[in-house]
Amino acid sequence: MRELEYPFDGELILKKAKSIKKTLLSDGSKRLTKKIAVLGGSTTHDIIKILELFLLNHGIEPIFYESEYGQYFQDAMFPGEELAEFTPDIVYIHTGNRNINEYPAMNASEAEVEELLESTLARFRSMWEALRERFGCVIIQNNFEPPYYRLMGNREAVDIHGRQYFLNRLNEGFYRYARENQHFHINDIQYLSSCYGLDKWSDPFYWHMYKYALCLPAIPYLSFNVANMIKAIYGKNKKALVLDLDNTLWGGVVGDDGPENLEIGQETSMGQVYTEFQSYLKQQKDIGVLLNVSSKNEEENALAGLSHPDGVLRPEDFILIKANWEPKSENVAKIASELDILPESLVFVDDNPAEREIVRGQMPGTAVPEMESPEQFIRILDRSGFFEVTALSEDDKQRGEMYKANLERKKQQESFGSYEEYLASLQMVGTIRPFEPLYMARIAQLTNKSNQFNLTTKRYTQAQIEQTAADPAYITLYGKLEDKFGDNGVVSVVIGRKEEDTLHIELWLMSCRVLKRDMEFAMMDVLVHQCLQDGIKKIKGYYYPTAKNKMVEKFYEIQGFTLESWDEEGNTVWNFEPDTSYQDKNKAITLQKI
Amino acid sequence: MTRETIYERLNAVFQDVFDDEEITVNDATTSADIEDWDSLEHINLVAAVEKEFGLKFTMGQVVTMKNVGEMVDIILKSIG
Repeated sequence: MRELEYPFDGELILKKAKSIKKTLLSDGSKRLTKKIAVLGGSTTHDIIKILELFLLNHGIEPIFYESEYGQYFQDAMFPGEELAEFTPDIVYIHTGNRNINEYPAMNASEAEVEELLESTLARFRSMWEALRERFGCVIIQNNFEPPYYRLMGNREAVDIHGRQYFLNRLNEGFYRYARENQHFHINDIQYLSSCYGLDKWSDPFYWHMYKYALCLPAIPYLSFNVANMIKAIYGKNKKALVLDLDNTLWGGVVGDDGPENLEIGQETSMGQVYTEFQSYLKQQKDIGVLLNVSSKNEEENALAGLSHPDGVLRPEDFILIKANWEPKSENVAKIASELDILPESLVFVDDNPAEREIVRGQMPGTAVPEMESPEQFIRILDRSGFFEVTALSEDDKQRGEMYKANLERKKQQESFGSYEEYLASLQMVGTIRPFEPLYMARIAQLTNKSNQFNLTTKRYTQAQIEQTAADPAYITLYGKLEDKFGDNGVVSVVIGRKEEDTLHIELWLMSCRVLKRDMEFAMMDVLVHQCLQDGIKKIKGYYYPTAKNKMVEKFYEIQGFTLESWDEEGNTVWNFEPDTSYQDKNKAITLQKI
Repeated sequence: MTRETIYERLNAVFQDVFDDEEITVNDATTSADIEDWDSLEHINLVAAVEKEFGLKFTMGQVVTMKNVGEMVDIILKSIG
């Protein structure tokens, strides 16, 4: 919804919250339901109200538990019946410097300051551990915003008795915990409050009048930030940028002005702006964002522009370059289909309002930020939070390479006599094993991202994946696939729950980038062998239809299961009885023996 | 600005905040007259009025305001 896209009018959102919610709820879209407990050290009423709007807009329907005013610690340590039964998926702890009970006294010794730091941190840590142990949930914790007055002025951050010093050290303690615990995330209100302006953010009016630790008009910025993290945790980040060229990546029109006359590089102030924007985009690549071009240009001119000696981006930084005269919406659609991702995973970046309008109209779901002045491009993209990082897996860093290799494979496929010949030429090597610590983040990510090749569309947090892996009642398998063009990483996940001699398959998914590579058969082979080893006599498969997973409607039939039952919603249950006469189905992939 | 024009704009703010196009307020209106007007919605209402008239109430004003009429008095005084 336009009202909820950055840069938004926070005061309008606050004023119209009720009608915005009605509109969102009546759009008929299917949403993921998540239980979120908000434990506050100050008033949280409007924070929750606005957080709900942003989450609904991201396709998540939240159910909230709200602690009584200021009861965050008691609720975390000794949850009452209501919270205990609520069993949150996520706990958001909204605290700030108003919740620090004790700061170092001016005459405290260094040892006393350290002791106070440690005991303050220990109080928070005990709370995080208690929540984790009881609920196995994801935790989002505010860090501390700077204090709103400085007793010693500039020395406040330097002197060990300064509040600024104390809060900075606490923050560092929080960050260390976040680095060591993947289920624990920091909501960086230190950064948010500085963007917003600390004087306004910490306006004492709102604290003394309503016990709000931040001013009311700043609440949409806080809630937006928390919603961005939650959508990232549940795999709803964007994946790729589709970039215009002329007046977006450089100043001028390459076809008219010639590449030598473009504004890029250190010569002019406009040139510097575009150079900085190109550097920003190049860094996006390093966190796994796929760069693509859609430009109304002759391809030759587009490439000449991208090869400008003062430019930062190079043609090889892009996965797909569509330089032609087709409508941009068609190019965007083609990019989505060639990359095998959904249009809603794309961000379209173009300085031309008319092009933005066409894409908005034709490609609902694709994000189209308002790019008006080039010097604001970075801020708009950055603050929109499209690519919020909650965990950076090895796969993320190499994603661009993997997609490129995929396109190479497609090209090769065309030059082979038969599909089997082509598969053999790929020299595929697979690794299929029970879940291992190294891959937990990626496995959880896949359960939240995969929509098409996904039989039950069951979502898991990393904590739940870890619990499942440790539970002897489950058979878990991940599949990794390499070929001569590169490593595809973890691409398939199966989770089965044992009940006497029956295995119920609760999750079976595969990334669409390895479709038709026999990986699903390799997974079946390993699953059957594992079942035989564990004395399983019957495997039950379940297919629950969604708007996106029609491609696997017949999956179990292809795997040799027989249909047991079905209902009018299209849910089907399938049976397979593994025995020692089972013949391996996969021929193309060599499985790695470990 | 006259008292009447202030009321016109104020009615629109109340209608937005309480999402009810029927609402009209007058000098005597208090929170008891509008169903959803509780202490939490009051926060939003005050912020929305401030935004509409480009002013900021002090704490002293907010805690002593007894009805909509007094709110209008303050608005008139601050924007003249």
